[in-house]
Amino acid sequence: MPELIRLTIDGRDVEVEPGTLVIEAARRVGVKIPSFCYYEGLSLAGACRMCLVEVEKMPKLQTACTLVATPGMVVRTETPQVIEARRAMVEFLLTNHPLDCPVCDKGGECELQDMAFRYGAAESRYVETKYHVPEARWSPVVYYDRPRCILCYRCVRVCAEGMGVGALGVINRGGRSEIAPNYGDHLECDECGACIDICPVGALTSGMYRYHTRPWEMNHVGTVCAFCSNGCKTTLGVYHNEIIRGNNRDRSGRNGEFLCIKGRYAADFPHHPDRLRTPLVRRDGELRAASWAEALALVESRLRDALTRGAPIGIIGSNHTTNEENYYLQKLARQGLKTPHLDHQRTGDVAALMAALAGRQGALATMNDLYEARAILVAGADLAQQHPLLSWQIRANWRHHQARVYVVTEGPVREDRYAARSLRVEPGRELEGVLALGEELRKEAELVIVFGDSIQGEAVARLVAFGDSLGIPVKYVCLVDYANSRGASDMGLLPDLGPGYQPVETPGMTLREMLECGDLAVLWVVGANPLAGRSGRPPAFLLVQDLFLTETARVADVVLPAASAYEKEGTVTSVCGEVQRLRRAVSVEGTKTDLEIFGLLARRLGLDAGPRSWEAVLREIAATVPGYDLPVEALIAGAPLQVRPPAGAAMSRRGAIRSARNTLFTSGTLGRYARMLGQVREAPGALYRG
Amino acid sequence: MKFSDETEARLQRLMASCPPGNKRSALVPMLLFIQDEVGAITPEVIQEVCSRLEVSPLEVEEVVSYYSMLRRKPAGRYHLQICTNISCMLVGGAELFEHACRKLGIGHQGVTEDGLFSLEEVECIGACCWGPALQVNYDYYHNVTPEAFDRLIEQLRRNHSGRSEP
Amino acid sequence: MLHPEPHPAEVLVLTRRFRLPNSASIETYLATQGYEAFRKALTMAPEDIIEEVKKSNLRGRGGAGFPTGLKWSFVPRQSPKPKYIVANADEGEPGTCKDRLLMQYDPHALLEGMLIAARAVGASAGYIYIRGEYRYLIEILDRAIEEARQHGFLGRNILGSGMDFEIYTHSGAGSYECGEETALLESLEGKRGVPRLRPPFPATSGAFGCPTVLNNVETFCAVPPIILHGGLAFANLGTPKNGGTRLFAISGHVNRPGVYELPMGFNLLRMIHEVAGGVRGGRKLKAVIPGGSSCPVLRAEECDLPMDFDSVARAGSMLGSGGVIVMDETTCMVRAAARILRFYAHESCGFCTPCREGTRWLSQILSRFHRGEGRREDIDLIAEIARNMLGRTFCPLGDAAAMPALSYVQKFREEFEAHLEGKPCPYEEVAVHA
Ligand SMILES: Cc1cc2nc3c(=O)[nH]c(=O)nc-3n(C[C@H](O)[C@H](O)[C@H](O)COP(=O)(O)O)c2cc1C
Ligand code: SF4
Ligand code: FES
Repeated sequence: MPELIRLTIDGRDVEVEPGTLVIEAARRVGVKIPSFCYYEGLSLAGACRMCLVEVEKMPKLQTACTLVATPGMVVRTETPQVIEARRAMVEFLLTNHPLDCPVCDKGGECELQDMAFRYGAAESRYVETKYHVPEARWSPVVYYDRPRCILCYRCVRVCAEGMGVGALGVINRGGRSEIAPNYGDHLECDECGACIDICPVGALTSGMYRYHTRPWEMNHVGTVCAFCSNGCKTTLGVYHNEIIRGNNRDRSGRNGEFLCIKGRYAADFPHHPDRLRTPLVRRDGELRAASWAEALALVESRLRDALTRGAPIGIIGSNHTTNEENYYLQKLARQGLKTPHLDHQRTGDVAALMAALAGRQGALATMNDLYEARAILVAGADLAQQHPLLSWQIRANWRHHQARVYVVTEGPVREDRYAARSLRVEPGRELEGVLALGEELRKEAELVIVFGDSIQGEAVARLVAFGDSLGIPVKYVCLVDYANSRGASDMGLLPDLGPGYQPVETPGMTLREMLECGDLAVLWVVGANPLAGRSGRPPAFLLVQDLFLTETARVADVVLPAASAYEKEGTVTSVCGEVQRLRRAVSVEGTKTDLEIFGLLARRLGLDAGPRSWEAVLREIAATVPGYDLPVEALIAGAPLQVRPPAGAAMSRRGAIRSARNTLFTSGTLGRYARMLGQVREAPGALYRG
Repeated sequence: MKFSDETEARLQRLMASCPPGNKRSALVPMLLFIQDEVGAITPEVIQEVCSRLEVSPLEVEEVVSYYSMLRRKPAGRYHLQICTNISCMLVGGAELFEHACRKLGIGHQGVTEDGLFSLEEVECIGACCWGPALQVNYDYYHNVTPEAFDRLIEQLRRNHSGRSEP
Repeated sequence: MLHPEPHPAEVLVLTRRFRLPNSASIETYLATQGYEAFRKALTMAPEDIIEEVKKSNLRGRGGAGFPTGLKWSFVPRQSPKPKYIVANADEGEPGTCKDRLLMQYDPHALLEGMLIAARAVGASAGYIYIRGEYRYLIEILDRAIEEARQHGFLGRNILGSGMDFEIYTHSGAGSYECGEETALLESLEGKRGVPRLRPPFPATSGAFGCPTVLNNVETFCAVPPIILHGGLAFANLGTPKNGGTRLFAISGHVNRPGVYELPMGFNLLRMIHEVAGGVRGGRKLKAVIPGGSSCPVLRAEECDLPMDFDSVARAGSMLGSGGVIVMDETTCMVRAAARILRFYAHESCGFCTPCREGTRWLSQILSRFHRGEGRREDIDLIAEIARNMLGRTFCPLGDAAAMPALSYVQKFREEFEAHLEGKPCPYEEVAVHA
């Protein structure tokens, strides 16, 4: 432990680690030094000059954002000289800034507005002609208004450093300087919108939010992104029951300020015109609108019929539904409907990893481990495309801690740029590639291995054995695709494993077997689209619960309109095994949550699958599911909590595992209904493949 | 792009002067040398430079737009750059510039219709003790009076019409 | 550009070869003790070279006047990285045109100075970063480099000493800010001329992230005589703490404008009246900018002072780059201020707030003033904007703009007042231009 540095800030003593900047040291004692260009985690700029402070024995004011604390330093942050300097900076910034706050998207959450308020540069002494440049649309996502720009370069840095993209630059010079996109008149990038949210003013605005509403007119609901498995927290801005935007400007959640295009701009699917708002029942070969009572009665009768006949019922669960829904569904299936035929679209072999770890504690890497581990190995995945938060974390780790990164993939990936070693392998030979790195990996102090679907089944066991052989602490992340892929698996939506990967007595059919089975009485598909890309349908009575009329729903006998993740409460588990709480942001008339639907059917059938409120189910999960013995009240209060590898876990020996290989701009079926994802024109990944 | 042997040799020497792993270091002079031959920084020039130095078009744009000698549109055959900064101003630089505007019928950054002359009011060119000063392309002319300017223009016109090339 | 004869008051150290036939050629150079200082340096321990430079009281001729020997001593002796020598030949400060002459008439002196610096710090390559407008000088320098290489002063194992050193010319492309040392390094690396955060300083992390000695052309040119004749001899030419001679570029309203080599501490009034032949047309001296346009202006009555860094600083201005700009009674000070601020607004890199916005604002107000559209409150506003910039910008360019702006309104307030309320510039008719 290096010795701490003691200094004084506004008369208060502070102790900080060597290397700490004065602006950070001040924050420790509650002194908030204003800053525009300074942004924690990005390279230093010292450009805006807002953070000037007085330091004893230094003749000039110093920028707190670049000044490293030294022993005995005496800093004053609110002297008349300092306040005057800040007032002057605000005045400088406002000289060319248009005073269009009343119509600016950022009004109300603009840092320049806040500073003008704090330092009172109210009346303008600038009477010269302002330099005007028309607003530019760089992409469907990003718009740029030069006159509003205060040239803090946060956007340029977050794009280059945080995202590893570098699509923004600075052109011209002096008062004509402006931010410019990589393709001259337009932008081709990840379209993540980080630049927009990091902009302290309204210079960068989003094609989704602009001119829709004002920040204070919205409700802000912090929930978990509905798309990939990385579990980013997104704060949905809701206006009149409509989601206007998503962001994480308060840097809460595991993702800090990170969100990809999906987390920020794909939250409009709940209001898509194609959204199902009423149950559909097939009559005369056509799906026709029906009442909930009508539709549920029909389903009830078909299930009863199957139950009395003892005919097989197949259930395909969802990668998007909550842990509570998944748990309840498997319980309803196994205990109520007495059917073992349960599966979901599996995208990574979590079960094999859990079996190999055999309850070993501390062997599952957390999101934070990816930021702090000294070495990381990525095998068989293009993280920037499929797991953008993981990619962000690893990049930040490399920037801030010089992490050593190893890559074993089929094609080029963004991590190559800074990897200690990149290995190209033929698809399917990822494990061999990893094994070949043994000598190098052994020299590391610790390692996190992130692996995709190409390492599954016995290969996972070999991977863990390899990890054990390195003689260093090794942790793992088994990649899965969707928001609750991990939860579906953990809750036992598997033909041969129950919750917590505990083997069941009589294994049932796999997803594929169900689809191909000739004598299923009922096939119940919850939030999944297994018939996409297949022709024909199983002869069973097909019940589908979903948001849209998917390929599977289209051929169903009954379709029940379900609520999406943004319309419900519950928990989901991220790829790293973090359980986080969803919060309802909007409601869509006519729909019901999957849990409600399960409950209604259970009641109609007279089956008892336990309590039906999400909190009650969560308590039951915590009490019964191995690995999920977490403090429920904390979860309900919103704390993300890490699950543990369950003891007694077994491998699943049945069924296929395959990642959907989504890109940044696709996300299975759901992605099609997010307007922004369909509008961006660049090829995903083109930036680093070029 | 193909360049004259002389320019190509210059570019090669320039690239050889960059420390290993620092190709980009050649960017600013390379742009200027190429502009000297091509006349302007065209999109093709940017592409060429990108591939030679392994930089992105954005990185080149950032640089091109920063430096005042780099331009997107060709100048005249004789690019007249008149300094009006303080030392030259004190001895008539601004008046010389105005005289030049009238004489050529063009303004700052204008090009005469025949493409022979272009005019630019420039900042200090390091001829402060010998002002008013101007540069024709890279050649310095010192202590330039309006009359001397007119003679220079006539001289350049004659030089030009004496040439065979276009 | 040269007067046929040096002025009798001149002390020819750096300029002693200027009037020799073929002064730029290596033959002339070698015939006049050229590269002897370097040969001597090869026999000296690196620390002793630095010691000698320290003794000479040589202070940087680029503008800031930092002691050169001290600067060299900051370069780490041991370094796993290569080290570089960079000559600042960007010469952009209005009123300054001395490095141009040094490179035109005595390019080998620059090369020799860089070689000695390389020897002192153990550098392996040198770059002469030269403003794009000085194209003809690149040709001259490249020729000199080639000659030096052919004579074995550059390349591998120089003169059998085991020392390897190369020098390259590197062109700028129009940017005053690239004269600022860290902006120059950015430009040298192929980027925009935006200065770097300090620390680290170039001595430890400069060109390509490697330890670097960066000096002005004139500074390097002073090194060979220092090594050859000893630091003390050079120091004794000047005043305490201000060693040697300096090239003063005297421009503006004088009878004999030109570049003169005078001892440090030479009296400014003598410089104007004696050396430069007095004010043109026998008119009265009004004001002098002593060291390039970024220095606060001096009123005529403030000009009786020795021209060394410390004395000029005491007088409230700066010796800067030695560009002495002389203004007679016909000069409109509002116009002068407006023109100077227009320059800084044009050249601000735009990176930091107070400089980007402040230079533009000042330039706009001053131009408006000179058009006769000034308002009384603008006079104080100019001073206040300048004060709000001073000491608060990222690099010294902001100060370089604010200091003169402040000085014009402080020292010539009455002229600003004379421009108020639509009054035409009172100097417009009397101004007579040569
Ligand atoms: C805006 C600005 C422009 C400058 N321009 C030049 C220049 O053109 N030539 C120069 O030698 N130094 C210039 N300098 C000074 C350099 O930053 C640096 O101090 C100098 O080159 C160091 O060399 P010296 O110690 O030999 O003076 C400039 C500084 C600033 C702030
Ligand atoms: S003071 Fe600021 S804007 Fe001005 S040149 Fe320096 S860094 Fe650029
Ligand atoms: S926050 Fe320190 S200069 Fe911008």
